[in-house]
Amino acid sequence: MTASTVDIALFAAKLAMVFFVILTLAAYLVFAERRVLAWIQDRKGPNRVGPFGLLQPLADLIKLLTKEDFIPTVADKWLFYLAPAMAAIPAILTFSVIPFGKPVAIAGHQVPLLIADLNVGLLFFLALSSIAVYGVALGGWASNSKYSLLGGIRGLAQLISYELSMGLSLVPVVMLAHSFSLTDIVVAQARLPFIVYQPLAFIIFLVSITAECKRIPFDIPEAEGELVAGFHTEYSGMRFGLFFVGEYINIIVLGGLATTFFLGGWHGPLLPPVVCFSLKTLAVAFFFIWMRGTLPRLRYDQLMHLGWKLLTPLALVNILVTGWFLQIVA
Amino acid sequence: MSVIDDIRAIAAGFGVTLRHMLARPVTIQYPEQKRVPYPRFRARIVLTRDPDGGERCVACYLCSAACPVDCISMQAAEGADGRRYAEWFRINFSRCIFCGLCAEACPTLAIQMTPDYEICKRDIMDLVYEKEDLLIDGCGKDSSYNFYRHAGIDVTQPRGEGLEETPPVDVRSLMP
Ligand code: SF4
Ligand code: SF4
Repeated sequence: MTASTVDIALFAAKLAMVFFVILTLAAYLVFAERRVLAWIQDRKGPNRVGPFGLLQPLADLIKLLTKEDFIPTVADKWLFYLAPAMAAIPAILTFSVIPFGKPVAIAGHQVPLLIADLNVGLLFFLALSSIAVYGVALGGWASNSKYSLLGGIRGLAQLISYELSMGLSLVPVVMLAHSFSLTDIVVAQARLPFIVYQPLAFIIFLVSITAECKRIPFDIPEAEGELVAGFHTEYSGMRFGLFFVGEYINIIVLGGLATTFFLGGWHGPLLPPVVCFSLKTLAVAFFFIWMRGTLPRLRYDQLMHLGWKLLTPLALVNILVTGWFLQIVA
Repeated sequence: MSVIDDIRAIAAGFGVTLRHMLARPVTIQYPEQKRVPYPRFRARIVLTRDPDGGERCVACYLCSAACPVDCISMQAAEGADGRRYAEWFRINFSRCIFCGLCAEACPTLAIQMTPDYEICKRDIMDLVYEKEDLLIDGCGKDSSYNFYRHAGIDVTQPRGEGLEETPPVDVRSLMP
């Protein structure tokens, strides 16, 4: 099958649009987080730059770009350069398998609204989420400072305690949808979103992705109170910005994944599919912010305890029960 | 069960934050909205005058001695009538911590705190206030007090003429 020029053009347009939307959204998510946290704390938050402070992300960008790009003399230069990109790129890449809308027909061409419809999209996501931790670990290692190193080590230890439960919580979804492809998973939720069948798996997944994007209450690798800023202590300027934006891209992407796996993806009443998907994703992102304003940080061992002794067994039981159920229904 | 209690506690926490999210912020948007301080608020310092219009300060250095950050300095001088005054008087507001100890130490009520809290300058040297900047035309908080009426012996009035003063007793006389 040869791709026509129109196909290529449409694909490029899609790519550019997704890139633009994700980056803008990430920037505004930072702003939204600052505003919402401020409201939670009875403050107003940034409201000076532009109407309602809406130009704040732009001001932040200019600030980050004009800051000195400082590299500690003892740092491992190349790893230090690469680590922020290693943290941000997997986050964006993951979005390529998320279907954000029903396939649409443009100029006689059927255009699926996702970048790459992998038949193992779910595994692709799990793989990338594990790769993302390299940014944290190597950034912490390359900085050659004790706080950064501790942050990096914590990042790795955190990874092994949530990754397992995250993977296991997705098994029932695969069992219900009979597919690893995210499009098929969404199609399988046409009638009812999986959260109705799998509330437990949803909660486990939600807890795990909170740990995945290193947000309070699982921001152990950063832990301002103990580790200055954890793995990115030594970073400044746009390199820090890349870590920072990577975190928010991660929130959007994981929100999108939660939507895809459990909240019915683009399915929804009345509104067009893309809007439905965006609303659900933003709702998850809002929940993350709300959670940050509410919960305190867990201790290192508490996270381990939660991951290994609670979430993983629960997820396993959940798989068993789901299998048993499917057997009865079939 | 403890799990249920924990879940309830977490949910209650989310409820509290949601309530605060919807509540009115307490922020005062400063340059646009200004807070009106109480009259005894301790901010910019002034030197006041007595009801007759003379300078109250007698350059006794008590304020300068009381100041914990040593930001008051002056030079005492004496007028032709024997009345003491400060030749120059300087307060460095970049060091002042607005503790009010100077105002408490002052025996003549010359140095006083005002509620004007908006003293910030681009150049730190502008925060060094000289006597001309400090001296105001009024009496400040006490409009009737005049130190020299109580203690200005031989300067503004002869011995025995001041308020709360009795004429001097001739100790060599045996008359009652
Ligand atoms: S208010 Fe306190 S710090 Fe300021 S000049 Fe008076 S004594 Fe010194
Ligand atoms: S301001 Fe008051 S305390 Fe200070 S030198 Fe003058 S009279 Fe004395």
